[in-house]
Amino acid sequence: MAAEIGAGAPLLEMRNIRVAYGGVHAVDDVSIDLNEGEVVGLVGGNGAGKSTLMKTLSGAKRADSGQILVDGKVQSITNPRDAKALNIECIYQTLALADNVDAPANVFLGREMTSALGDLDDGAMEDATRKVMARLNPNFTRFTQPVRSLSGGQRQAVAIARAVHFNARIMIMDEPTAALGPAETAQVRDLIRQLKNEGIGIFLISHDIHDVFDLSDRISVMYHGRIVDTVKKEDVTADQVLGMIILGKKPDEVTSEEMAELQFGDAPTQ
Amino acid sequence: MTNVADAAPAPGSSGRARPGLRGLGAATEIDVRLFGMVLALAIILIVFNVIEDGKFLRPINMVTLAVQATSVAILATGMVLIIVSRNIDLSVGSLVGFIAMVYALLMSQWMPDVLGMGSDFPFRWVIALAVGIAVGALFGAVQGFIIAYIGVPSFVVTLGGLLSIRGAVWYLSSGRTVTGLDSTFQLLGGGGRGSIGGTLTWLVGAVGVAAVIFLLYSGRHQRRRFGFQLRPMWAEVLLAVLGCGIILLLAWFANGNYLPPGLATEYAKEHNIPVPPGGLKVSAGFPIPIILLIAITVVMTWLATRRRFGRYVYAYGGNPDAAELAGINTRLTILKTFVLMGVLAALSAAVASARLNGATLDVGNSYELYVIAAAVVGGTSFAGGIGTIPGAVLGAFVMATLSYGLSFIGVNSPGQNVVAGLVLILAVAFDAFNRRRGGGSS
Repeated sequence: MAAEIGAGAPLLEMRNIRVAYGGVHAVDDVSIDLNEGEVVGLVGGNGAGKSTLMKTLSGAKRADSGQILVDGKVQSITNPRDAKALNIECIYQTLALADNVDAPANVFLGREMTSALGDLDDGAMEDATRKVMARLNPNFTRFTQPVRSLSGGQRQAVAIARAVHFNARIMIMDEPTAALGPAETAQVRDLIRQLKNEGIGIFLISHDIHDVFDLSDRISVMYHGRIVDTVKKEDVTADQVLGMIILGKKPDEVTSEEMAELQFGDAPTQ
Repeated sequence: MTNVADAAPAPGSSGRARPGLRGLGAATEIDVRLFGMVLALAIILIVFNVIEDGKFLRPINMVTLAVQATSVAILATGMVLIIVSRNIDLSVGSLVGFIAMVYALLMSQWMPDVLGMGSDFPFRWVIALAVGIAVGALFGAVQGFIIAYIGVPSFVVTLGGLLSIRGAVWYLSSGRTVTGLDSTFQLLGGGGRGSIGGTLTWLVGAVGVAAVIFLLYSGRHQRRRFGFQLRPMWAEVLLAVLGCGIILLLAWFANGNYLPPGLATEYAKEHNIPVPPGGLKVSAGFPIPIILLIAITVVMTWLATRRRFGRYVYAYGGNPDAAELAGINTRLTILKTFVLMGVLAALSAAVASARLNGATLDVGNSYELYVIAAAVVGGTSFAGGIGTIPGAVLGAFVMATLSYGLSFIGVNSPGQNVVAGLVLILAVAFDAFNRRRGGGSS
């Protein structure tokens, strides 16, 4: 089902990815794909392997086996630099910000703008950061203070600015709204839609089933390191997705007994 | 100058006008912490001067004090980067001792006896210095490699270094004291001969003034280029006057230190000046080690704030995982900090051995403690990511001033240690209190 859209290959394909920690298969033979301008929600319980799978894509973790194809071409991603060179940007749940330096330094960390002699060009970096921020969060003004002093939403904006400035084609967002208040969550949701409209392919990892249903085109459910199923949003209900997350079975494999138990324990969600 | 490395970053172009001292700090964007250190140093100097009825604040005392502080201050510039990146280097004192002994043996024995380079051989001091720097870089690289690539904690590796390198000094000289350095090399130790003289001192001052004005101008130009908010003109002028004033004051002060009578007479003979009855007063000016320290401070500050290397050191100190995920080669960065520390140990050893005209078994003994204390008093945090190079140099001067001042008023060396230890704790406690109150941003 990988190459079902149009003439070309999908933007990204991950084939038969395996990652083991010791003897435990954190990710076990997982295949997943992503198209331009598409949001794929990646859901599953704690330890289902979502984050580990995404780490193999962002270069933070090396897969033991499997292939990653970008635009149909097999690519080797062994460290974060490889991923960034392929315009794959990850916004980690922890945000991965150096708290003691300012927003421009964080946006450009590892990819600093320099003068001809190799000196850091802080002015140019601040200028570029101001331009990206004007799109992401126009209220952002603290460009020269350590990001430690910023609010959760502002820190999130810095992490996203990093991905946006470097023209991400594939963006991984790990729990982007987990640490945010309602207003900031709405802001991030708007942003995801905006990025999607610009043609960026987005993997959205989230515990929040509302987020996932609201934003995703397709939903992949993981359970104990495997993909249970990848479904189109229109084809399922939130309850069915919850059933897949908790039981690790496709909706048609779930007995009515199991379903009843689920509904008893969990109020139905829209 | 947006300086991310600052412990107390000045509120940037977005800072609004605030009344009073804080407003002044905001408009001039002076690092408040650094300014506080300068103030503290000035107060200590004045207090000692009052106790000693004005006999303390004399050029001869200040120059001696400054030269005494130099070896530790040089090392402190490197220790900042080591501590900022969440490591420690306990081996610096032993390394200084080892390299000092290498200098002494090289110039008094190996060069003339083995290599056939007598005292008339050109640039012996340059060759010696190059050998010392190479030895320092090598030791730093070995320790840095074990720390960064093998993953042994720096505390353990450099504690081993502290013991074994100090032991190796004994084997170098079989326990002897070695004297007799190259006469040009000795100038690195300061003193009457090792000072640059009155004219050059004013020239150095002029260069400093030009640098201050250039930095302010280029900073303003840079901001205008991107349309950032500019500092108010009065703040720029205040900074310029303050910066230039301090530099010229130091130059004038250094020139108030005169050559000892013997050297002055020699100088008079060389320049065919008749010696007046009260003795000739020839300005000694800045000692060469101070010039070396200024140069090292400038270069290290540039490395820390204007280069990728420095940015990576601070980013790693702030969040090692973030640095790794940003694709930074963190291991190489750590290795480099230790190589740099080794090079600085060689320069520090040059000053220390030049002052002694040789080396004993315990050159650099306990330096690691003074250096770490200087960095910490200067605002470097063991939590990582925070610390400035000018701060550490000031820290070294605060500690040196205390011990020099105390000995001046007759406190013995154990007593000096008691005070030094208490000041260290006090400085860090004050910092912790300040950070908690200021929420980390002030």
